[in-house]
Amino acid sequence: MTLATARRVLWQIRRDPRTIALLLAVPVALLTLMRYVFDGQPRTFQAIGAPMCGLFPFIIMFLITSIAMLRERTSGTLERLMSLPIAKVDLLAGYGIAFGLLAALQAVVVCLVGFLALGLDAPHGAWLVGLLAVGNAVLGMALGLFVSAFARTEFQAVQFMPAIIFPQLLLCGLFVDRHEMAGVLYGLSSALPLTYAYDALARATHSGGLGGRMAVDVCVILGATLVALGLGALTLRRRTV
Amino acid sequence: MCDHVGDAAIAIEDLHVVRGGRPVLDGVSLEVARGSVTGLLGPSGCGKSTLMRAIVGVQVVAGGRVTVLGDQAGAPKLRWRVGYVTQAPSVYGDLSVSENLRYFAAVVGVGEERICEVIQTVGLDGHEHQIVGSLSGGERSRVSLASALLNDPELLVLDEPTVGLDPVLRAELWSTFHELAAAGTTLLISSHVMDEASECDELLLMRDGALLEQSTPQRLREQTGEQDLGRAFLAVIERASS
Repeated sequence: MTLATARRVLWQIRRDPRTIALLLAVPVALLTLMRYVFDGQPRTFQAIGAPMCGLFPFIIMFLITSIAMLRERTSGTLERLMSLPIAKVDLLAGYGIAFGLLAALQAVVVCLVGFLALGLDAPHGAWLVGLLAVGNAVLGMALGLFVSAFARTEFQAVQFMPAIIFPQLLLCGLFVDRHEMAGVLYGLSSALPLTYAYDALARATHSGGLGGRMAVDVCVILGATLVALGLGALTLRRRTV
Repeated sequence: MCDHVGDAAIAIEDLHVVRGGRPVLDGVSLEVARGSVTGLLGPSGCGKSTLMRAIVGVQVVAGGRVTVLGDQAGAPKLRWRVGYVTQAPSVYGDLSVSENLRYFAAVVGVGEERICEVIQTVGLDGHEHQIVGSLSGGERSRVSLASALLNDPELLVLDEPTVGLDPVLRAELWSTFHELAAAGTTLLISSHVMDEASECDELLLMRDGALLEQSTPQRLREQTGEQDLGRAFLAVIERASS
């Protein structure tokens, strides 16, 4: 049933070729834009653009999943599924596989363009960035699944993106070193999963050893994904009011 | 009617449902016999859908007992034995008819042959590859019905399946329902159109969250002296409020 769900979600996306085109083209276009915005500062482009290759899938899968799950809730198909012999984990894992595959495709395209055509550097191999990108995408998907329970309309759901993702992007260290932030924000950023996702990407795109922190980062990403999936499962109720 | 709760397809005792602090169902008790076509009738907003959701086990209830096919409503094993069709067609609008059915078939564990059978049962042959979102309202609700038929459920709960359909289609669907009942399926069908009441073996008349009457079309006509079931229903309401 997990695979059937993944196949069904992919069928739905296949019916919407424009979404697939946007999914693949938008990160590449943004990265290219960034390349020429930082035309005179190649080091800044390396510091921001390289980790961004692994953060795009996180942001986009969060957004897509929260809308997809909201549609499942509002169209009554979730209620039908909950009255059928399908386990919640089948549904969640099915979504995870489908969006994980999509994220992998997106990561491959953006990494190819970034590391081959735009001159970004991946001292530990672009494959590591790609792998982290897929992990981050599954984290984004899990968070999107969870927050979709708190949106009643698609207008609300799209606003969870700026509400939940933007603060994490600002605090994760991508734009400003976390040590230079106000103390409270430094503490807060330590509690946000994207901080660890960024840290892993920053290490993967920096020369120098990966260090034990890389292992910590990966564990936090996996742990946060499981927690978000668990919370998401709690919001899938067999009985509703 | 059956004497034992275990024999009835549905047995409800003193069911209460509260939504937003307001009682939606206020002490409903009833029994539905196996193999019957039971019509659940009453004006819009009287609690028909909520009662059906409680029977399927997707409704949070405030009190009372709902027994379905001998088990508590919502029990995991009932998910294999009860089919539920919501009022709004709950299918994926961006998939084709056969893609929808293939997914739900995988969920309930039936094969390709059964998909062909249910497509024929609801009269959608020739539309298999059409995207559900491009179908008419009536066709879409038949895709929803077909999905619920896949695992050949013992109890089929249908919420206003004929609403918005033309008379020919309505007649066709009713003959499908009778065929299913003849094959042993129990059907509970809600409607706010009284002229469908004559198609049912049993009638449940609801108003304002309460069950006014459980009867048969014939008994209802005899009791009230009205041949028209719509008028008979009004007579029951009058008698209940006086």
